[in-house]
Amino acid sequence: MTSQVSSPAEQADSAEQPGFSPPGAGEEPSRLTGQRGPTANGGSKEVRRLDRVIIRFAGDSGDGMQLTGDRFTSETASFGNDLSTLPNFPAEIRAPAGTLPGVSSFQLHFADHDILTPGDAPNVLVAMNPAALKANLADVPRGAEIIVNTDEFTKRPMAKVGYDTNPLEDGSLDAYNVHPVPLTTLTIEALKEFGLSRKEAERSKNMFALGLLSWMYHRPTESTEAFLRKKFAKKPQIAEANVAAFRAGWNFGETTEDFAVSYEVAPATAAFPPGTYRNISGNLALSYGLIAASRQADLPLYLGSYPITPASDILHELSRHKNFGVRTFQAEDEIAGIGAALGAAFGGALAVTTTSGPGVALKSETIGLAVSLELPLLVVDIQRGGPSTGLPTKTEQADLLQAMYGRNGEAPVPIVAPKTPADCFDAALDAARIALTYRTPVFLLSDGYLANGSEPWRIPEMDELPDLRVQFAAGPNHTLADGTEVFWPYKRDPETLARPWAVPGTPGLEHRIGGIEKQDGTGNISYDPANHDFMVRTRQAKVDGITVPELAVDDPGGQARTLVLGWGSTYGPITAAVRRVRREGGHIAQAHLRHLNPFPANLGQILGNYRRVVVPEMNLGQLATLLRARYLTDVRSYTQVSGMPFKAEQLATVLKEAIDD
Amino acid sequence: MTEALKLVPKAEAQQSMKDFKSDQEVRWCPGCGDYAILAAVQGFMPELGLAKENIVFVSGIGCSSRFPYYMNTYGMHSIHGRAPAIATGLATSRRDLSVWVVTGDGDALSIGGNHLIHALRRNVNLKILLFNNRIYGLTKGQYSPTSELGKITKSTPMGSLDAPFNPVSLALGAEAGFVARTVDSDRKHLTEVLRQAAQHPGTALVEIYQNCNIFNDGAFEVLKDKQQAEEAVIRLEHGQPIRFGVDRSKGVVRNQATGDLEVVEVTPENEARVLVHDAHSASPTTAFALSRLANPDTLHHTPIGVFRDVQRPVYDTLMADQLETAVEQQGKGDLATLLAGNDTWTVVG
Repeated sequence: MTSQVSSPAEQADSAEQPGFSPPGAGEEPSRLTGQRGPTANGGSKEVRRLDRVIIRFAGDSGDGMQLTGDRFTSETASFGNDLSTLPNFPAEIRAPAGTLPGVSSFQLHFADHDILTPGDAPNVLVAMNPAALKANLADVPRGAEIIVNTDEFTKRPMAKVGYDTNPLEDGSLDAYNVHPVPLTTLTIEALKEFGLSRKEAERSKNMFALGLLSWMYHRPTESTEAFLRKKFAKKPQIAEANVAAFRAGWNFGETTEDFAVSYEVAPATAAFPPGTYRNISGNLALSYGLIAASRQADLPLYLGSYPITPASDILHELSRHKNFGVRTFQAEDEIAGIGAALGAAFGGALAVTTTSGPGVALKSETIGLAVSLELPLLVVDIQRGGPSTGLPTKTEQADLLQAMYGRNGEAPVPIVAPKTPADCFDAALDAARIALTYRTPVFLLSDGYLANGSEPWRIPEMDELPDLRVQFAAGPNHTLADGTEVFWPYKRDPETLARPWAVPGTPGLEHRIGGIEKQDGTGNISYDPANHDFMVRTRQAKVDGITVPELAVDDPGGQARTLVLGWGSTYGPITAAVRRVRREGGHIAQAHLRHLNPFPANLGQILGNYRRVVVPEMNLGQLATLLRARYLTDVRSYTQVSGMPFKAEQLATVLKEAIDD
Repeated sequence: MTEALKLVPKAEAQQSMKDFKSDQEVRWCPGCGDYAILAAVQGFMPELGLAKENIVFVSGIGCSSRFPYYMNTYGMHSIHGRAPAIATGLATSRRDLSVWVVTGDGDALSIGGNHLIHALRRNVNLKILLFNNRIYGLTKGQYSPTSELGKITKSTPMGSLDAPFNPVSLALGAEAGFVARTVDSDRKHLTEVLRQAAQHPGTALVEIYQNCNIFNDGAFEVLKDKQQAEEAVIRLEHGQPIRFGVDRSKGVVRNQATGDLEVVEVTPENEARVLVHDAHSASPTTAFALSRLANPDTLHHTPIGVFRDVQRPVYDTLMADQLETAVEQQGKGDLATLLAGNDTWTVVG
């Protein structure tokens, strides 16, 4: 049984230096040990040590695969592995049961070293029904392990997805290491003492599967039991039934002969700098980043939002933290969501609206108003597949040009893009810094992959967080020719070009602002041609002048002539691909953009330093278009719009070709 | 002082109308009804005695929406139809402000219809002044959602095909707690309605019939001409019998068979049946029936005054209460604790 050994290419995702030698070329199990299983029952089972594993749980939308994946992730995180996750689910809440469109999956990659992606191909597939097997088999490499729920492999469910013969019996899975397990029957059997209906008992089969996998990979189980008891606190019987199913799955692995081997993946101690860690998803990190920004700015947080996938979890999360003074307003539509946020910004709040691409389209006019009013406002766009409704639960980076240009008139808006789930925290703070310092709306461009994916996060100390405090205008800022002291709402800070933020309630600063063009300084309505020209250029200059860190290039050997440049959530796969290329002796430089508007000041110079620049994006080349327009650099655009993140292997091939060209 | 204004700081000194005039030149067409409304609002504000820095006027787009520029308070001239949404964000985050929305029939009922009805049902602490001139003025004379069916305008040379909205009926249907109607030229009545609206906790909608002397001149003449008005206008006063006409000879009674309202000549026999106006009635039924009384073509029997004035929970108050309750139940939020969560591990260097 050699299925779980990493291929050399996969090993190369490791950041470890050449001194590290991965075990053989995929034929041998890594580092056999003679350890005993964690409990006594027999105790003679073999335990093997692995450096990394990719597991995919797949089942029907109603089978609880996301929960199962979340729990396994949590166990893995608390064990101390590095990890990366990829939930993948249909937009329908309950697509017709047992069908291919109804398949929901959760992939988890965990390792004893630093990893960057949820992995290209699973080592283990858990298939809860024929549809899950059929929908996922193409991604599973030969030799991998497949655990199937045999109870579902009956005539009708198989016919529903076009299996004429039983794949468990017809030899079509001979290349895999299949574990047939009657998950449903075993679960019902394990719960017969609970007096539940068959249907109720059956529902716990995902916990049975989780228990089995937890045994297989030596995961700590206490947190899952505690989680189940808390989740079903109001239904103690259901809680105990789930715990029982979970334990039954664990014991099944321990006792049955079909599972002869269990695996250990040691904690990734070397991968993590000292600190306290937790697992965190992108949307949670982003929510926490907003609350942190509110605290660091000493301004109340106000969220105006309308539910939309995949952004709604931020609304849900923030609405749970009212004890931080967070106000969440679920508006009647996307327009009112941002409208309310802008109103709160006028009143002196740290204002945020959260949405996805279709919502941005509806908010465009209000974003333009915010540009004209020059008020701080965060527009969080969790990008999903488009155009129109597109693919609500899948990922894409195709809103970049919408964020950049999707408004009437010259309406520049800064753009910040996080690169990993945990980075959403820092990106939110950075976006808030720009909004508050420059009195401007700011786009925060996350995406579905970051939003729902998770990874370990070193929890920052409070004193590491940036100071975001701002000064509201408190008195007159201008003296008229006759000596009168007045307040001019559009008299700018000479450094930042930001205008004063004078909030209602401040005596003597009563003023009116609006979307009509304003006279420089006074803010009075002005249709003067020269003034309009000046104001348009000044608003642009303000955004162009925003301070953003210089772009850092990673080129350890200093010999690279090819640069790969990405932005946003492609960071993981690009970096994994770069490691593979370098491990094979290729020279490649890597840089990743957090700031898309304005670009870092040294970007043009960096582009000029390389013979070739490769720009991978999950769109049809939007960053490439901006770079070509701005720097006249003919970058090589590599694109994918499948709704799924890039695979490291795929990008490594592209980069090798670019180097060799 | 009612709940509506109790959190708003008071002015330190006596105010006058002048204090509320901004330095901006008023740019409505000469003769526009908006001038009269502006004067009435500026004249009424000192009576509230609020610190003027705590008053905000928010508007959308249209002739009426220029209003905030002329008020020496805080103000925002926003985008078409969105003023109620923007004002909702302001009012719910700043309960120490008195927030007024100025809008028109196109702004509030066409492009912004959704925001209007949702503000009303939520009962945010906003005072909405809806200037209804039954025409699009700023875009130079197209029919509006309150224009009468068959209206000939630039965009409807053969007559409008749209049945109009009745703003008062619409507001009542949207669960509004305070709904009133008044007329631009009747300063006394307008001021009295503003007075009641200002004191109302929650959303108050005031429809103001306003003359556009350029594109729809005389639209409400029947309600303004002294002689015609006697028969056309029904003045609603809480607790008073609903009577009007020369010598108050007419009255509103409930038709026993249909339950609907109708206008009758008052006689000693039916005098006892004349409806006594109850703006505080929990049920909006009678207010709604009153809103349907006017003849849409002639405007005869048009009630003005406060149709409905009932107290409902105010959104901003509920929102603030939840924040307080959250602190009581969970303690004041601690960021370090939040970020750590329940499931951490430590890596030692």
